[in-house]
Parts: sequence; structure tokens; C-alpha cells
Amino acid sequence: MKEVSLSEKRHIDAPLLGGILALCLIGYITLYSAGGQSTDLLIRRSVHLVLALGLMFAIARTPPARLSGASLLFYLGSLLLLVLVLFFGETGKGAQRWLGLGPVRFQPSELMKLALPMVIAMYLSKQMPPPSITKVLLALAFIAVPVLLVARQPDLGTALLIAVSGFAVLFIAGMSWKLLGGFGLLALSSAPVIWNLMHDYQKRRVLTFLDPEQDPLGAGYHIIQSQIAIGSGGLYGKGWLNGTQSHLEFLPERTTDFIFAVFCEEFGLIGVCVLVGLYLFIIARGLYISVQSQQLYGKLLGTGVVAAFFVYIAVNMGMVTGQLPVVGIPLPLISHGGTSMMTIMAGFGILMAIHTHKRILSD
Amino acid sequence: MTTLSAKIRTDRRIDLVHRRIYLTATLCLLVMLTLMAQVLHLQVVRHEHFTALSMDNQIKIVPVAPPRGRIFSSDKVLLADNRLSFSLELVPERVTDEPALLAQLSRFVAISAQDIERFRELRKRRRRFEGVPLKSHLDDEEVAVISANRHLLPGVDVVASSGRYYPLAQSLAHTVGYVGMIDAAEFEKLNKAIYRGTNHIGKAGIEKAYENLLHGSPGYEQVEVNAQGRVIRNIYRKPPEPSKDLYLTVDASLQLLAVQALNDRRGAIVALDNRSGAVLVAASTPGFDSNLFVGGIDSKVYAQLLRSKGTPLLNRTLQGTYPPGSTIKPMLALGGLQQGLRTPEATTWCPGWFSLKGSSRRYRCWKREGHGHLDAANAIFQSCDVYFYVLARDLGIDTLHDTLTDFGFGQPTGIDIGGERAGLIPSTRWKREALGQPWYPGETMSVGIGQGATLVTPMQLATATAVIANRGLQVRPYLLSEARDSVTGQSVIRAAAGPGREVVFAEPEYWDRIIHSMQEVVHGERGTARASGAGANYRFAGKTGTAQVISIAQGEEYDEDKVPEELQDHALFIAFAPVEAPEIALAVIVENGGGGSRTAAPIARELLDHYFHKKRRERHG
Repeated sequence: MKEVSLSEKRHIDAPLLGGILALCLIGYITLYSAGGQSTDLLIRRSVHLVLALGLMFAIARTPPARLSGASLLFYLGSLLLLVLVLFFGETGKGAQRWLGLGPVRFQPSELMKLALPMVIAMYLSKQMPPPSITKVLLALAFIAVPVLLVARQPDLGTALLIAVSGFAVLFIAGMSWKLLGGFGLLALSSAPVIWNLMHDYQKRRVLTFLDPEQDPLGAGYHIIQSQIAIGSGGLYGKGWLNGTQSHLEFLPERTTDFIFAVFCEEFGLIGVCVLVGLYLFIIARGLYISVQSQQLYGKLLGTGVVAAFFVYIAVNMGMVTGQLPVVGIPLPLISHGGTSMMTIMAGFGILMAIHTHKRILSD
Repeated sequence: MTTLSAKIRTDRRIDLVHRRIYLTATLCLLVMLTLMAQVLHLQVVRHEHFTALSMDNQIKIVPVAPPRGRIFSSDKVLLADNRLSFSLELVPERVTDEPALLAQLSRFVAISAQDIERFRELRKRRRRFEGVPLKSHLDDEEVAVISANRHLLPGVDVVASSGRYYPLAQSLAHTVGYVGMIDAAEFEKLNKAIYRGTNHIGKAGIEKAYENLLHGSPGYEQVEVNAQGRVIRNIYRKPPEPSKDLYLTVDASLQLLAVQALNDRRGAIVALDNRSGAVLVAASTPGFDSNLFVGGIDSKVYAQLLRSKGTPLLNRTLQGTYPPGSTIKPMLALGGLQQGLRTPEATTWCPGWFSLKGSSRRYRCWKREGHGHLDAANAIFQSCDVYFYVLARDLGIDTLHDTLTDFGFGQPTGIDIGGERAGLIPSTRWKREALGQPWYPGETMSVGIGQGATLVTPMQLATATAVIANRGLQVRPYLLSEARDSVTGQSVIRAAAGPGREVVFAEPEYWDRIIHSMQEVVHGERGTARASGAGANYRFAGKTGTAQVISIAQGEEYDEDKVPEELQDHALFIAFAPVEAPEIALAVIVENGGGGSRTAAPIARELLDHYFHKKRRERHG
């Protein structure tokens, strides 16, 4: 019998956990400054963190085979909840996203971020890659249904993330380039149709992104002020708690979607390099885990989770720096907010499960 | 061998997956590099530019609200104007110690707890650098004191803005309405981009109904401010999109006369151009001073207005519901002709009372000794009750209901301002649904003379009168005649005057007969309002009405002197003129005014005289 390391017995991947905790620390520091030095915010963040880490450890202990077995049920359950939201959902900020369960409100679309890559990885790992055209088409249907439901709420940001997490799995599974190109063309040609289906506020955001000066009082204001915050941070930053843009409250959504601007203003390019370095480290570790996995399921699901995490970061950074339109996506592990924290940690739990169960399976 | 080749094939396929994973990694890295390039660009290349913006100067964007559109009457009298007024604003980001500042401020101007409460409410919805109004309508002295002590009051601004002013408030408050501070519920529904820099919104009447025309769209100024937030220079200014001036159909001189004629009594007068539905007069008394609402009404004053016995806040023209009394008799007579239940010549015997078969209850005519034999025309101009008791019995409650509904009763008229009530025309269905009771035949009699549960608004009464004047053509009353661009004066919207929706069917000859009998009401020897018709140099048609507020018990006598004022009869009168080619239809109601012929008809005559006099004068130069 091989010697099993302590971390593997407890199903913890130490490098991944290290990276996560380092990011959480940065999150605490930034949130304290962005939130006007409110300890209340830190306490709430701690509660979120404890719950999310607990979830991560619990999932990490689950053998991937069990995850695979449960994925269809999980997917269908999440789909059902999304349909329920359509009819009974509570409205917040103009969109119907929330489902109330007594005192707890949650967004079923968050569950779908995990359920979709799980079910597609399960489906495509049943046989060796590359998948047949029928399999690809069916997988696309698996993706399309929840994405359309979420887009209808309307929550374009989350719909995008869900689509990417599912599509990433399809891509990794070896979907042929021809098909990929075909669908790419299809997507491009359907752009005008999607534009027509978009809500007015969504169109406005896209137009504002293309020309921020057009709406300097509204969304354009966010982008302009965010760029001032980032740019004025310079190489070394203004120092912790010294950001003027954020503290004079020029910056909108400082603790949530635009927290990256606060970080840039106070810690400068050097801080950004550290932050991005940590993110890249976690992504690299996640992809390494996927490659190392001896099960096709693990490879597919692991990469899907990592891809979704990456898109989270990229879309948020792109939005805050003014390279992408404003969509409400938080910066993982830094922004304030319980639901996204739970989903992200659950994803890391899946990665740890894939990594720490492989030897036991192979024996 | 087979297992080995299978393993090789499997490995190839796994290699494909691995290649894709490496590709994903490369893609991630490339995207991240692009993002970092932008951060680098912002933080290193353009660092100085952004530092300048953030440290020394800050660019602020200040919304510039458009001046609200004015409101004029049809005779070009200003009904709602903008006046320069000064308000006290605090800029939250510049206030460090709010309680201390408020204490300091209250040494110079009176600040009520209500002001502070509203300020705190408003503050939540503004950006921290935007001024939040604390007190509006400062007087000159207050402005001077605050300006002189400004160094003691950081974060305090005296802001000049145009405030709403209603020159004819007491006479037209209900129709023109008023603006007030935007409240939390309204804010939720607003298009925030358009309402930046605006504190007021239309709350009632025309001000509310045509908010979108009156408001316009804001412009903005891009300004540079120093670290304290004072404006250093203007960078760019986009002027606001001008609002629209509104021209109403209301004739101010006629309206003022109507209010004056009501003479502080509770009542309402509506006059329409029966051809188009243009509302010439919409008077509801007592009025109130709508200027009180503009700066946020004092809660004590408001409570006083609410409690006042005259209910001045009630717009009686649209929200006052009254039993129509005998004014609906012409419509019911038409219904009887239309249904073939009566011929114009058919007479009914009036002995002074009427009883249903098998009932001892006597329904009395207002004339105790009775009218004798009467045909439809006589029954109208003498306003005989018995004729209409018998007609009501023969029609039955549901046909009676349908007849009155054809004239627009029991439903909103569809006028272009809100708050209108539908009134009520009873029917078996209504009684079953609302009260869960069957209809008793005895109840039909009182509906036949416009009593019982029957309720109409003055606006409905005027539009129904217009239907008769038009010989069946219905019109929808409207108040907005025209909207003009407040800068260029160009006409933007013009009311679509013209024929109305629906024709009430009746033989053309029947209309002539009924209109003739209404003419007899004022010009005939025995007409109930002959005193009001005397000496007129035009011919008009009318109908009096006296609506009971309390029911008089069987065998009891109604004695005006013994009944307290609020239980006295309502006085009603409807009229249109000139009979040959009607152009004005009106309804007058004086609450507890006694008889319609004595109180309401003279007011109508006065208004018609003025209308035709003014018209003649205009024609002759």
C-alpha cells in the first residue's frame, strides 16, 4: 500500500488552498478599505467565507464517481428551480433572479454554474473523445436551455458564465474544429437577432461601452471614474486606505463589481501583478489537476470549473478597465457577496475531489 | 497486441484532450496579458493624466434640469408659471459633522423636523457630491443671512431654481393640479437619467397627466472642481432639451366667473364645447391654494385641508358623485320613445302620487295637487315625477340602466386627467353582485327620478348633456388643447377635436321633441326654470334637478327651514345653447343649494350670457 499524505487523507490540495487563502486575505484588506473601514462588512465576509470553505471541504471529500453519478439529477433539479424562478421568483434590481426559501434567498442560476459542466462532463466522458456530432448537438441543448432561462431573467452576465462553463467542457472533450468554426459563424450571424431581443438597458450598456461619453451621467460615468481610479494608482498605488477616488465616493459599486478599481488605486501595478499572479497560479494548479486526473470525467469537469473561474476574472477586469461592457460580475474571492463566493469555493471543492481521490481510485 | 493498440488509441484520444487543455491555458494567458496591457496603459502610460484628474482636479458632471413647461388657458392666461426661488442645499460629501451643521444652520433659518426627515430621505438617493435640498422657498432675508455666513457653513449652498407658481390657484387647483417633491415610491418608477437634477414632479391634475411633456430632458455640465468641491471651470455644457408649454381648453374668464358664481358654496360646474368635448370650465369649490404643495406642504396645513368640512382637496367635477335628480328625465323620456313604450303624444295621468299595484307605498310628485294629463314634453318641462315613475316601472330597472349607460353614466368619461370616478347606475346585476340582494320593483321608481343609488359626476352630467345637444353624438371630454415647444413656440401636439365615439340611437324626430321640451324648461310659460330664461338674447335648452340628500319618510313634509344645511337638497341644472346649433353644454351642481331652478339655473344663465357676450365681442373686434 502506498503511503498516503495527510492532505490527501483529508482530501485537501495544499497548493490550491494556499492560493485561495492568500486571495481571501487580499480580499479582506481591499474590502476593509473599499467599504469605508466598516467592520460590519468584514464580519459578514467572514460568515460567507466560513460557510463557503465548509462547502468546499465537504465537496472535496466526495469521490468524483459520486459527483458524476449525481450530476444528471443535480442538473435537472437546478433546471426545475430556474423554471420556478421564472414563475415565482422574487424581483431584485429589475430582474427576476431570486427564489425565496423562508428567510434564505438564493439564485438558482448559481447552482447551474456547477451543474452544467458536471452534466456535460458526465455525458461526454461515457465514451472516448472526440464526441460524435449527435453528442455535441445534445450537449449544446444541455447548454442552451439554462442559458436562455437565465438570460430571460434577465441576467446576461450569469448566462455568459454558465455558457462558458458548459462550452469549455465541450471544447476540452475534443469537439472538432470544423464544428467549432461552424457554430462560431452561426453565433456571429445571429448577433443582430440577439441585439433585437436584448432589453433596452442591456442595449444601452453596450452602446455606452462603445462610447462612454454618450451617457456620462449613467453607466459611462462608472467607466470614466473607474479608469481614473486605476490610472491614478500608478506603479506603486496611493497606499492602503488612501484611494481618493473610492473614498470621495466617485467610484460606484466599490465593494462589489468595481472593487478591482479600488485595489488598483491603492496598490498600483505592483499589487495588480501580485493579484493576477495568484489568480494565474490557481488557474495553473487547476489545469494541472485536470491533466493529472486519470479519469476523463475529472479532466473535463476540472477544466470546465477552471475556465468558468477564469472568465469570472477576465470579464470583471475587462469591465472595470473599460475593455468590456458593464455586466454585473464580481471579482472572485475579492468582491463582497455570499452567493458567488459559495459557487467559486464549491468549484474548488470539485477540483480537490478530482485530485485527492485519483490514487485511491487507481489502486 | 489488441490491448496494446487499444491503449495506444486511448492515449491518442487522451492526448487530444490534453492538447485542448494546454490550448485553454494558452488562451487564458493571452487574455490575461491583454487585460494587463490595459492596466499597464492606464497605470503607467496615462498615469499622469489620471493623477491630475483625481488629485488636483476632479471632473464632475452636474445635471442641468430643464425649466418646466408653463400652462396656459385657452384665452392665454398663465395658469402655471416658473418663478425664481432659492433653496438651501447640503452636499453630503462636503459635510463632515451633520448634526453640528444643522444646529449651526438653524441659528439662521428655521428648519423643521419635517425638513430634516425629508432631507435624509432624499439624501439616500443622490450621489454624495450632488446637492440635496433641505429647505425650499427661502425668503430674501434668509438668503442674505446664509450668504453672509457661508464661511461657517461648509457644504451648504443656496441654489437658485425655478419653482412652480400658480397665479389662479384658488380657482383652478383641481384641474391644473400641482407639483411636489418626488417621493420614494415615485422615484422607484422614474427614468433616473431624465430626472437627475429635478426635485419636483407633477402630483395631480394636468401637472401629473402631462408630466412627460412638461418635464423635458436634462442637459449636463462637465465641470472641474477643486479638492473642496468648488467649481473651477466649466468644460462642457449640453443644454437641456426644452419642455413643452401646454395650452388648455379651459377658458380662464369663464372659469373665474363660474367659481365666483358658486360663491364659496360647495359645488361644481362643468362646461364643454359639445361639438369637440373641449372642457371650457371645470370648477370645483371650495378650492385650495395649490402653491402650498410646491415646496412640500406643512403637515398641519395638510391635515387642516383634509379635515375641512368643505373637502377642498376633492375635485368635485370628476370625483364628486351626486344623485342626478330630475336632470336625467330628458334621457329617460328618450329611452321610453326609443323602446317603443311611449309615443310623444301618449299621456300619463298625474294625481300627485303613484303606487305600484298591491302596494300601499305612495311615490309622490313634487307637485302635491298633481299635474293632470301630461305627454312627454310636458312631463319634462314641468318635471312631473309621476310620469317618470310610471315610465320607470314600464322600462324596468335593467333597460333603464342601459338607457342611462348609453348617455355615458356609470363609466368614466375618459377625460385626460386622472382620478375620475365612474359613478353608479343601479341594475339587478349590480345589486346582486355588490349587495347580494335581489332588486325590488319599488326601488325602480326612485331611479326613474334620478334618486336611489344613482350617482353621477358633474363631468358625466355635462357629457350626457352634450349627447343631447349633438342629437346622439358622444364626445370624450379633454383638457389639453395644444402643446408647444417652450423655446420655439412650435406646436407639437394638437388635440384631435372631432366627432366622438358612439351614437345613441333614436329617431331624429324624438331628439327634436325632447330638445324642444328642454327649451320650454327655460323659455316656456310653465317651464321650471322660466325665470332664468327670461330676457336672454339667445335660445337655450335646460333641465332642472333637485336631488334629495335624505329620504323623506312616508307622509312627512320636507321643510327647508327645519333641515340642517348639510342635509338640504342639492341643486342641479344642465343646459346647452344655442338651441339651433349648440356649441356649449354645461352642468351646474350646488351642494345643499336647495332647488335647481332657484340656485343652479341662474348660475348657468350667467355663464351662458358671459360666453355669448365674449364671443360677440371677439367677433366684432
